[in-house]
Amino acid sequence: MANPSGIGASVRRREDKRFLTGSGTYTDDINRPGQTFACMVRSPHAHAAIRGIDTAAALAMPGVVAIYTGADMAADNVNGLPCGWLIHNKDGSPMKEPPHFPLARDRARHVGDTVAVVIAETREQAKDAAEALVIDYEERPAVASAVKALEPGAALVHDDVPGNLCYDWHLGDKAATDAAFAQAAHVTTLDLVNNRLVPNAMEPRAAIGEYDRATGEHTLYTTSQNPHVIRLLMGAFVLGIPEHKLRVVAPDVGGGFGSKIFHYAEEAIVTWAAKKVGRPIKWTAERSESFLTDAHGRDHVSRAELALDKDGNFLALRVHTVANMGAYLSTFASSIPTYLYATLLAGQYKTPAIYAEVKAAFTHTTPVDAYRGAGRPEACFLIERIVDKAAIELGIDKAELRRRNFVPKEAMPYQTPVALQYDTGDFAKNLEMALPVVDYAGLAQRKTDAKARGKLRGIGFATYIEACGIAPSNIAGALGARAGLYESAEVRFHPTGSVTVFTGSHSHGQGHETTFAQLVADRFGLPIENIEIVHGDTNKVPFGMGTYGSRSLAVGGSALVKAMDKVERKAKKIAAHLMEAAEADIEVKDGKFSVAGTDKAVTIGEIALAAYVPHNYPLEELEPGLDEQAFYDPKNFTYPNGCHVCEVEIDPETGVTEVVAFTAVDDFGRVINPLIVEGQVHGGIVQGIGQALLENCVYDDETGQLVTGSYMDYCMPRADDVPSFTVQYHEDQPCTHNPLGVKGCGEAGTIGASAAVINAVVDALAEYGVTHIDMPATPQKIWQIVRQATPAMAAE
Amino acid sequence: MYAFAFQRPKSLADAVTAIGAEEDGKLLGGGQTLLPTLKQRLAQPSALIDLSAVPELKGITEAAGGLTIGAFTRHAEVAHSATVARVIPALASLAEGIGDRQVRNMGTLGGSIANSDPAADYPSAVVGLKATVKTDRRDIAGDDFFTGMFETALEPGEVIVSVHFPKPDKAAYAKFRNPASRYAVVGVFVAVFGSEVRVAVTGAGPSVFRLPSFEAALAGNFSAAALDGLTVDADGLNADLHASAEYRAHLVGVMAKRAVTAAG
Ligand SMILES: Cc1cc2nc3c(=O)[nH]c(=O)nc-3n(C[C@H](O)[C@H](O)[C@H](O)COP(=O)(O)OP(=O)(O)OC[C@H]3O[C@@H](n4cnc5c(N)ncnc54)[C@H](O)[C@@H]3O)c2cc1C
Repeated sequence: MANPSGIGASVRRREDKRFLTGSGTYTDDINRPGQTFACMVRSPHAHAAIRGIDTAAALAMPGVVAIYTGADMAADNVNGLPCGWLIHNKDGSPMKEPPHFPLARDRARHVGDTVAVVIAETREQAKDAAEALVIDYEERPAVASAVKALEPGAALVHDDVPGNLCYDWHLGDKAATDAAFAQAAHVTTLDLVNNRLVPNAMEPRAAIGEYDRATGEHTLYTTSQNPHVIRLLMGAFVLGIPEHKLRVVAPDVGGGFGSKIFHYAEEAIVTWAAKKVGRPIKWTAERSESFLTDAHGRDHVSRAELALDKDGNFLALRVHTVANMGAYLSTFASSIPTYLYATLLAGQYKTPAIYAEVKAAFTHTTPVDAYRGAGRPEACFLIERIVDKAAIELGIDKAELRRRNFVPKEAMPYQTPVALQYDTGDFAKNLEMALPVVDYAGLAQRKTDAKARGKLRGIGFATYIEACGIAPSNIAGALGARAGLYESAEVRFHPTGSVTVFTGSHSHGQGHETTFAQLVADRFGLPIENIEIVHGDTNKVPFGMGTYGSRSLAVGGSALVKAMDKVERKAKKIAAHLMEAAEADIEVKDGKFSVAGTDKAVTIGEIALAAYVPHNYPLEELEPGLDEQAFYDPKNFTYPNGCHVCEVEIDPETGVTEVVAFTAVDDFGRVINPLIVEGQVHGGIVQGIGQALLENCVYDDETGQLVTGSYMDYCMPRADDVPSFTVQYHEDQPCTHNPLGVKGCGEAGTIGASAAVINAVVDALAEYGVTHIDMPATPQKIWQIVRQATPAMAAE
Repeated sequence: MYAFAFQRPKSLADAVTAIGAEEDGKLLGGGQTLLPTLKQRLAQPSALIDLSAVPELKGITEAAGGLTIGAFTRHAEVAHSATVARVIPALASLAEGIGDRQVRNMGTLGGSIANSDPAADYPSAVVGLKATVKTDRRDIAGDDFFTGMFETALEPGEVIVSVHFPKPDKAAYAKFRNPASRYAVVGVFVAVFGSEVRVAVTGAGPSVFRLPSFEAALAGNFSAAALDGLTVDADGLNADLHASAEYRAHLVGVMAKRAVTAAG
């Protein structure tokens, strides 16, 4: 009988009970003896010179333990927060990397920039004293838009970065692309904005720094997706603490969406200051601080051009993008609009020539970095929008134009013109699966019915592909990554047969404690209750690069498989000894080790006992114990892909868009837990719909103030904003280069959804002559379009 | 939050005395506006006088051909009250559309109208239904209660006890909600009392206002079609990220028609 907790079973998430009953342990739930509280004092200005900070009055306030400024950090030789990816300009020179000090030294460069820290006995006392701090700011002109920041005469964010240009990078064959355009029968052009987003994890960021004077060990508890990476960055680059004296713990983490990958100023501040004050220090962000200081996402302005022949075959794609980096380079900021974006511009299509130019600009805004999908939603949005526009211009059915240009599955593995090699994918199958589900044939009737109700109905496709499972370390290194991107796992059998798995992946909502345990249950025929998954503590887990880019199962899961292979190899030897058989005759199935052709068998539990109580054991050849570790470095990226279809109805009187149906057909390779996969797709789609219709991070262009700094104005999607989704997948195209055949599913929904929604909105508004609408497609925007078009239509 | 004293009086008389004795005290209703303000350190009251234990401020009763609703009645109670559903169903549906479930379970009628938020829903019902606001010292006509953005006719220390809503022949409320906060971008309350029609608009201006031109048109012919061709001047209307003054002016027309249709 198949293991009820094995691969392919929809096991309910084991971790949910503790999350849903309030018994999880998040960073803010942890309290250390003698703990103090930090209040970060933040710049109210987008750009100001800090001419002086008078701490006298604040220091005299009740309960104040210490106040530190950038000058104190400078005196202790604290360095800036490093950027983990070096991008080179077109001319081969390196990008500009101005220092990002945890506490600003002479200049505040965005609203929320950390200028001082007040440490007190209570949170409220720290806030009281923060208000008493006298900071002499001299306001300077600010620039918030990346396009404006690159214009001559724009206010400079860093004096030594001329024109605010971080880098001017390109990818692809310019000559071949230009030549293809010269031959084209038709060129479709599209200017578009990928709107800036605030990540809004449910749990705000938090950090506790602690220093043990007896051992000299520092501990940082933090809301991180990758504690080992934080240990490396903070220890080696910022504070100069060697790894063996620095422990980083990321306990239960309430959502990240990318925003908790990065090494943040507050982590370095509490770790550094805890040693100075000799007491633990806790900092927990308030929601307004999250808005101002969690790294934002997206924020691209692009021009795209697609060249086609007379039959609608894509000949070439040319893309110019300006990306906003914010005031400083966050940990992976530089890689997002380059290697995670332009490399995906082939999409699912066999476009022979592609050329992309990306200019990254500093602005007086919060740093921008990876946000669920990270570069790939921007690429998908651009491609899927311009393909739709081309279909309209050429009068070709939108599904048909896609079908005509898909990379056929026979062409796999397929080398794109933008560096990646897709291993597998059957794009036509995804589309053909989706069409009957969405009743494409019945669309015309549904449009007519909607019209009779005074509504405008539209359909939108997004046939997306993404690169996940980041990444082969040597390739990433050649492209500028300053870290390896493998993963580690340790499988520790205990004497009585239960198992603890240590993984370098980190779960902050993904359900690893269930999925990873299923892999072990499946392999060794164990009940899932006997397996514990441990993650998030550098003192427990051998090493880890963490969780982002849908990499946990593809990379962390593969490391786990490798560790289980090692366990099995050793167990086989022990089994052979126990049953006095040759190792070659041992057959393994579901955790049972039997001698071929006999009824002799031992279980993995009996083997574990023998390994730890080695009375009858081949001690000359084998060490006791059953505890194996493995590292896995992927051979390629993985390429999840799919077809998302959205149907909307618009009320032309108010401009309100209702998403009436959303269907996702995905290829994630092999699926370990369908329930969790479906949940991940649901969440991703909601975020994609959020970006398309609701969410928008707006800065005042004159003052650099964040206009959408709270939920009063920043609109998060809610359950009643979305319909019930239809989510399907197929397992026909497993990944060819990892042992599980898995591709990853964490970002797919976000990547496909926003393009599908906007394509549907544009389709619904077709009769008003609309060919594009920027996100979010708010009621006001749609009403304006309808209002402007109506007199013209009436005149016809 | 800054430190403050906290009192929970057990009677209206004690509440009035308590607030009168404070230099800079604040009455606490459901706390849905006041507590976020305190958390953001935007106010520093000397004391909070919590009204949750004052019996005179509670309850929904059918009285004098209408409804009397205590000031400390939560939005959820109004939304789910069988009495409200029977006597003035439009009021129940208005309450059901306020904010979200958490807000409705805490926020109160008295707190809402005392706050006079330009985007709040209840002011449109108070004006649209010709309500009377009863305080610890007097009765204030609904038409005179809201005096401006976040301003009312209340004197310092004056406690709202209840609101009396006369029963209309028919009434309905149509709201265009802010997608983020879910307050009203525009809300229109329409009510018919015999030959009189009232159209009260919230969200669009600095404070709730009536639309005499709409009222006149509807008095002759209570149908959505009667509003065809009528427009609202965008001048002086609110404008923000979510809606320009022109968009709001347009929405007033749309919501008024929808309210009329809903009222039947
Ligand atoms: C997320 C969110 C969404 C919301 N959405 C909506 C919406 O869609 N529509 C809407 O109308 N409202 C909305 N609100 C407001 C909410 O419904 C409350 O009505 C409002 O916050 C005030 O009511 P309260 O009982 O919470 O008063 P409090 O916050 O306790 O007090 C508000 C003010 O009223 C005063 N006060 C309270 N009771 C009395 C009394 N009896 N006499 C005199 N003064 C008094 C207080 O001193 C204070 O000045 C929303 C609020 C939130 C937080």
